[in-house]
Amino acid sequence: MPQSPTAWNAASRGAPSRFDLIALSLVIGLLAFLAAGSRGVLAPLTTLDVSPVTLDPSMLPKYVARSTLRMFAALVLSLLFTFTYATWAAKSPRAGRVLVPVLDVLQSVPILVFISVTTVFFLSLAPGKVLGAEFVAIFAIFTSQAWNMAFSFYQSLRTVPNELTEAARSFRLSPWARFWRLEVPFAMPPLIWNMMMSMSGSWFFVVASEAFTVGSTTVTLPGVGSYIAVAIEQKNLAAVGWAIAAMLAVILIYDQLLFRPLVAWADRFRFEQEPGALPPHSWVLDALGRSTWVARSLRALRRFARSAGAAIRTAPGAIRFESREHARRLDLAGTLVVGALLLLAGWRALSFLMPELGWHDVVTTVGLGAITMLRVFLLIALASVVWVPVGVYVGLRPKLARIVQPIAQFMAAFPANLLFPVVVFCIVTLKLNTDVWLSPLMILGTQWYILFNVIAGAASIPGEMRHVATNLGVRGWLWWRRVALPGVFPYFVTGALTASGGSWNASIVAEVASWGDEKVEAAGLGAYIANATTAGDFHRIVLGAVTMCIYVLLINRLLWRPLYYYAERKYRLS
Amino acid sequence: MNANLKPSVDTAPLLAVEHARKTFPRGDGGELLVLDDVSLTLKPGEVVGLLGRSGSGKSTLLRLIAGLAQPTGGDVRYLGQPVDGPAEGIAMVFQSFALFPWLTVYENVALGLEALKVPRDEIRRRSLAAIDLIGLDGFESAYPRELSGGMRQRVGFARAIVVHPNILLMDEPFSALDVLTAETLRTDFLDLWADGRMPIKGVILVTHNIEEAVQMCDRILVFATNPGRIVSTIEVTIPRPRDRLAPAFAALVERIYVEMTAKPGRGAPVRVERAPGTGIDQVLPRVSSNLLSGLVETVAAAPFSGKADLPEIASELQLEIDDLFPVAETLQMLRFADVEGGDLRLTADGIAFADAALDERKRTFARHLLAHVPLAAHIRRVLDERTSHAAPKSRFLDELEDHMSPESAEQSLRAIVSWARYAEVFAYDDETGMFSLENPT
Repeated sequence: MPQSPTAWNAASRGAPSRFDLIALSLVIGLLAFLAAGSRGVLAPLTTLDVSPVTLDPSMLPKYVARSTLRMFAALVLSLLFTFTYATWAAKSPRAGRVLVPVLDVLQSVPILVFISVTTVFFLSLAPGKVLGAEFVAIFAIFTSQAWNMAFSFYQSLRTVPNELTEAARSFRLSPWARFWRLEVPFAMPPLIWNMMMSMSGSWFFVVASEAFTVGSTTVTLPGVGSYIAVAIEQKNLAAVGWAIAAMLAVILIYDQLLFRPLVAWADRFRFEQEPGALPPHSWVLDALGRSTWVARSLRALRRFARSAGAAIRTAPGAIRFESREHARRLDLAGTLVVGALLLLAGWRALSFLMPELGWHDVVTTVGLGAITMLRVFLLIALASVVWVPVGVYVGLRPKLARIVQPIAQFMAAFPANLLFPVVVFCIVTLKLNTDVWLSPLMILGTQWYILFNVIAGAASIPGEMRHVATNLGVRGWLWWRRVALPGVFPYFVTGALTASGGSWNASIVAEVASWGDEKVEAAGLGAYIANATTAGDFHRIVLGAVTMCIYVLLINRLLWRPLYYYAERKYRLS
Repeated sequence: MNANLKPSVDTAPLLAVEHARKTFPRGDGGELLVLDDVSLTLKPGEVVGLLGRSGSGKSTLLRLIAGLAQPTGGDVRYLGQPVDGPAEGIAMVFQSFALFPWLTVYENVALGLEALKVPRDEIRRRSLAAIDLIGLDGFESAYPRELSGGMRQRVGFARAIVVHPNILLMDEPFSALDVLTAETLRTDFLDLWADGRMPIKGVILVTHNIEEAVQMCDRILVFATNPGRIVSTIEVTIPRPRDRLAPAFAALVERIYVEMTAKPGRGAPVRVERAPGTGIDQVLPRVSSNLLSGLVETVAAAPFSGKADLPEIASELQLEIDDLFPVAETLQMLRFADVEGGDLRLTADGIAFADAALDERKRTFARHLLAHVPLAAHIRRVLDERTSHAAPKSRFLDELEDHMSPESAEQSLRAIVSWARYAEVFAYDDETGMFSLENPT
């Protein structure tokens, strides 16, 4: 008898098992969480002032729930964006020529700038309601999640093995069916990995986006971020400690309840057909999988999806060849439209900036950008000197790696800005040089990417290569130069690239910090943007953002990308 | 042979390809001709083989028939209707199996029926019947990754048969399998076909394996490369089941080897582009100097003593024609051997090469390389003329791309680099992409 995937309907009938109970409590817990978290969203904005964020630790679970909910709302939006934008870019080469570079630029726009420039718009969507402020925060979180997910999905769609596509077409799957049966499953494992990365990265911005200022009014949405902001304002180090503890707990919980099950589930979509290492496991997935109730509701869901799909489905094999003449005309039209839009956008931007700003402003921002760039590079270099040897040491010891790797990934997920107050407290009390000592904040959260990539790299150096090195008596510096460093290089580049991008983004928060009424500041483009944001100076925000965007793009194009291809070509083992 | 055929369909062809042409746009705006004026018909009850080396356009032709690509000229008609997209009634089996790894065997087989919106209980009935027929009973809930290559390809067959196609297209279906498994699958397939147990009316098989073509086909169309075209049609009248050891079988295999090694210009249409030996516009195969030496040594030694029958040497060395022909042709290009009439005969230089020691071999090879391979001579001349004695790879790549696809240009340059390194006639640094006359430091 044919069976659907794994154990879904292995136990089809009978009395509720303990797995049913586990599954039920998980579902009920989720519902309660949603209800509690979303309460108050439709309340008027003024209620925020009536019941301000307090530092009572007993309120923290509620705040954490609100923050987490924002995060998942943003994640849902990011998925919608990914499925539409990336699909469009991949399916239509014509649209892709515009959409992909746009995505590249969006990726390098500092995320906190999105908050400043969209606040007014979102608040006007739901005038006087908390909902509007929620939109602002959710959109900011969305911008920190969506781009790399979309990129990953786009890449996957472009690399679906040709014969699979041909098989799908020759068996006359409609484009709709092809998308869900072939392309989405194929893209699933990298997409889930990127979702995890996005979630990790976005905690940073959850914290930064909940308390924001528009003109004269300051909005403090209930959440961990606001809790921290208030704690800083009131110089309450204990409250900061509570927030850190709460964050640790939350990250641990969603890792267990969401991502582990997802990763274990997505393992079936791995394309390599060779049985790999041990497949990932998750107790939650096992519990859900063994529950008959879950199986039954899933079956119902699948039936519904099938009939819904049938309604949308176009005629089988409806793709027909496009005539060349038609294609050429469309190409021309597309080029004209994009050209016109570019001109319009350029003119608008200039007419917005020109009257207020002069060339000296441009020179200032470029100069500040250079300072921030110097800082980022120095920090990456420092972090590499520390973490590459550690990573190699750990990666070559599988037992140790199994312990350290999750910790490194966990550290990357932990929003480093929660630790800022601690550092700033030290700087203020010890009267340290801000230009130097504020800098490490930029890399506090991103250095872990270097560590866990290097661990992965070292772990993938084939045993035989290491044996050869031992056999030939290669050791000391020669061993590092000829074996270890080349072996981990491609992985290191990936990690350093991610760390560099993250550090630029973090500079806006890291170069200006405060502790109560004391404010410390380092010279740099991040501080420039942060100050412009506080002052509500939109011209300088845009100028600063554009400058940073150009810096990031140029560094990616001129440094990281060539380095990445070089590493791929020269050092990738296999 | 097939009892289910209706008499009316019996005479009309299932499929007719007329003067099909396929070009691909080239980087410089020109067009690359991959399939030139190809015609074929498939009648009910027939197995037609498309035999040729890689790059002869046979897979491209199969994709035109499957409706996965559109011909640049000519037309493809299935049951009298032009094919303008994947047609119902034409199913395909792929070289790499192309199974969906996230679907079970059953789900993979059922997929094609789901796309046709067949009622659910019928999907179930037909899928199980196909799985049963193809010998996959008991594997319904397995995932492809749990199966061996042979079992995976059985799923490929079941998936194609379950939609009850009139025409089954097979794109080198056995070439990714080991010899024993491939043989089992072939005989199983032929048994089902002979008994008329598959709901299929005609089969088109793409292959580069001559024995396989002779074993399976009623008619073999032999393809040549550059551009891909049919050079001859061979009717196979040996009664089934066919015995590989029968003299008639061996004779036919031998005859096809002769056809495939025939020198152009004699019987075959004159080549439009890239005749061998005329200039740098020739696409060079990637053949390592080890293989060249190896083949020369084997042919020079007993029992061949300088002259070998290609089918014999292919089975001796366990080489498919896709592996053997490029080596043989490279030897011919270097004037170390002559290939004609299905035989490979070493020239005097070839025999001298076989007898020489390493240094002498390298010198001989260098001489022949510069004398007979225009691209090698061209690169050497450019390097000699420049005062720096160095030139970037891109310079030659651009030049080659005026005559061939970027992939072919890249491949030709890689071939020349590996031969030149062996012959020590010039050096190439992959890091900088520079050709030079310097010895590596």
